[in-house]
Order: sequence, then C-alpha cells, then structure tokens
Amino acid sequence: MKKEDVPQQGGLNAGCREVNYAVDGDGRYTLESSVGWEAKNIALRQAWEAIVEQLRETLAEIKAGKKSALAYYMAKNQMDPALLAQYSGVARWRVKRHLKPSVFAKLSDAVLTPYAELFGISVATLRTVPETPDLLLAELDHAEDVNL
Amino acid sequence: MNIDFPHRQFAHCESGVTANLLNFHGLPCSEALVFGIGAGLFFGYVPFIKLNFLPLTTFRTGPGSIFKKATRRLGIEVGKQTFRNPLAAANAVDRLLAAGCPVGAQTGVFWLPYFPPAYRFHFNGHNLVIFGKEGDDYLISDPIFEQPVRCPAADLRKARFAKGALAPKGKIYYIEKMPQQFDLPHAVEAGIREVCRVMLKTPVPLAGVRGIRLLARQMVKWPAKLGEKKTILQLGHIIRMQEEIGTGGGGFRFIYAAFLQEAAGVLENDKLVTLSQRCTEVGDLWRDFALIASRVCKGRAAVQDSFDDLAKLLHQCASQEELLFNDLQAALGR
Repeated sequence: MKKEDVPQQGGLNAGCREVNYAVDGDGRYTLESSVGWEAKNIALRQAWEAIVEQLRETLAEIKAGKKSALAYYMAKNQMDPALLAQYSGVARWRVKRHLKPSVFAKLSDAVLTPYAELFGISVATLRTVPETPDLLLAELDHAEDVNL
Repeated sequence: MNIDFPHRQFAHCESGVTANLLNFHGLPCSEALVFGIGAGLFFGYVPFIKLNFLPLTTFRTGPGSIFKKATRRLGIEVGKQTFRNPLAAANAVDRLLAAGCPVGAQTGVFWLPYFPPAYRFHFNGHNLVIFGKEGDDYLISDPIFEQPVRCPAADLRKARFAKGALAPKGKIYYIEKMPQQFDLPHAVEAGIREVCRVMLKTPVPLAGVRGIRLLARQMVKWPAKLGEKKTILQLGHIIRMQEEIGTGGGGFRFIYAAFLQEAAGVLENDKLVTLSQRCTEVGDLWRDFALIASRVCKGRAAVQDSFDDLAKLLHQCASQEELLFNDLQAALGR
C-alpha cells in the first residue's frame, strides 16, 4: 500500500484514528494515520446489524411470551447461556431455566442481582425490556453511505 | 504511583505493547521488528472453532506468543503470572507499579470503557500496558490508541477476568532483566525461519499456505451450502479478522513487509529489500480480496460469481506467499 492510498473513510469508530503501514515515495515503510476504510466499515456495520436483528427477534419472542426479559439483556451483551453462566456464576441449567418467562416472573431480587451487576443495570430494569433495541450506537443509522 | 512511560501508537496491540515495554527498558525498537522477531505472521482457517458463532480465520499467531518469542530470542528475562483471585491480581499490579515496573496485561475488549462502542465485541486477546494509578483509575498505554487512556479499576478487573474463548485469567507479564548486549541478527533470523516454517511446512492442512488454499476451496461451496445470509456473515467475519483495527492492513502482511525492510539492514542482506516489496504486493492482493468481499456483503455483486473470483484471488495469495517464503528461506542460506 502506498502512502497516498491509505484510506480515510470514517465509519463507526467515533473519530478514533488507527495506524496503517504504507510505503512512501522512496519505497520506505512509514506509519500513517487512518480514520477508517469503507471495506472494513461495511463488515463492522454488518456485524452490528446482525446483533440488532437478533435483538428485534428476541423482543418479539418476549412479547409473545416465549422468552423472559433476561434473554434480551443476554443478547444485548452478545452472550449465549454458556457465556452468561460463566460470567454470572449461575449454573448453566439455571440460566436456561431463567430464560423461561414463567420461571423468571417468580425470581427474587437476590437471584437476579448477579445478572444485574454483570450487565451494569438495576434489578428493576432487568425485569423490563424496551420497545425497540437500545444499543449505544447512534452512528449505526447515520453512517454515511460511501459508494464503492 | 506513576511511571514516566513513553506511549507510542502502533497498529497491533501485542507487538505494540512489547515494543513499548522494550523501549522503556532501554532497547529502542520498532513494532515491525518485534513482530518479525516474535514470528507473529501466520494464517489459519479452523472451521470447527467458532468465534462469535463463526468459523475462526486468523492472520496471526495466538495471544502471548509474540511477547514470549521476541523476549526469548533477545535473551530478556520476563515475569508472567495468571490468577484465580481478582483481588490478588490487582494487588500484584499495584506492587509492580510501586516498584516502578510497567505491566503488560491481557484483557477482554468488551469491558474496556475507553473503546468506541462499535468495537466492543467479546474478544479476549487484547493487550495493553498498565503504567500508573490515580485514585480509582488505572493509567493505561493502549498501543492502538493515539494517547494514553484512563480506565476505572472495576472495569479493568472485569476486562482482566473476561470469560469464554481465550479467557485471560488476569494474565500479566513484565520485563525483569535486560541482557548486557543483544544478538539482533540472530534473533531476526530465527524469527524469519520460524515464519517460513509455519507458512510452508505445516503438518496440518488448516495452517499456512495450505490453510489459505483450504479456505479458497471451501468458500466456493458456502453459497449453496449455507444460504446467502450465513454466507455473507462468514465473509464479513473474514474481512474483520483481516482488516479490523490491529492488523496494520492486509492481514499483517504490510507490518511484515516493513519488518523485512528493517531486517535487510540488520542482516546486511539486500535480497530482503526485494522480498519486502513482494510482501507488500501480497498485502495489496489481500486488500483487493477484502474490497471485493465487502461489495458482496453490501449486495452490490452477484454472490456465486463473486465467490468464484474471491476463491481465485485467495489461490493467487497462496501461490505468491508460497514463492515468497521459499525465496525468503533461500535468501537466509543454510
């Protein structure tokens, strides 16, 4: 990659600049700052869109009474029952049980505390879900669509 | 408890951390040199190991190996520890900081609050240097950021004890003793020989040049086998592993080309200058691959046609890398 070819196409990186290796006019390697590359932005945005879609599906299932609110926060933190069990210290079979709405409704605050602490939210919040996925990714919708 | 630690921004976390630590301890060196001596370049396609539910494709060796190999080849004595108890893990860092020793740590990106939200995935192989503590904040030199950053102790604890694949278990590492003198040419040569070996003479078909060819052969079958949606997710995953923050571009091939250029001076071997240029060309080829792949992801190109083209490009990468590493081995002589 030549120095003048280092891409400067911003995306989801919130203004962070990274370093690219490129050759200058004399053929020597230099470190060049880059705000991003469209090919990468597409791949990253695609990964987040997959997460948002999963959250939408989970919300629909919660509304239909098939899953508990815990399923939403698990998906929001990009976890599956196995990973959530490792993080929260709750056994995997219990995590899976807690994903059922009938079981979840009867759980005490004490049982829900490890989950709430892990996700950084209150127990009261853990019992509710938002209407639409609430990710802290404002740029996801507004990311500029550069033509390739 | 603050150490005057010179922070430099680099492309890749582990080679950057190692270069910054060596620099602090009196051996000024570039990231590329550390990456090359530590034999960081690799290719592996392991479809049965899943990362974020997608098959693992990697362009580098496993976490920790660059630091380990680079320091060993330079004759540097290092300390390394993992922990079960988070409190003991925090105390060990505080003790080292009090003794004036900056500490390298393996962490999970998901829990680091100073990362842009879009980069916060469950990836546990991220390295950084802890060089001070102010109140409840640790001062951190994270080589992929422009400036040193601060991180609350509670968040750092979560990051150091991230769970899942590659769990860091609070791992820390630091330099204990630097040798009187370094045998740089020897270290550089050993690093190059190892990369040539893993890229060319791997016993398993998943690694090195054979791994690239395996990926090329399997990839053309994806659209029919997995359906369009899953195919595109897997393809996007490869782009991310190749180009995501931390590779310096072209799946580490550009960093390695920079290393070969530097190695030409260290070994006084002009052949490496030409080989460095060829390595840059391979990197450019990988960039072409990522560009075409991203168009497929965006739905701007027909899927099956493009997959045939993509596979062709990968075979081209494999052939060029095979020739490159063969010639590299030959250039070093017996």
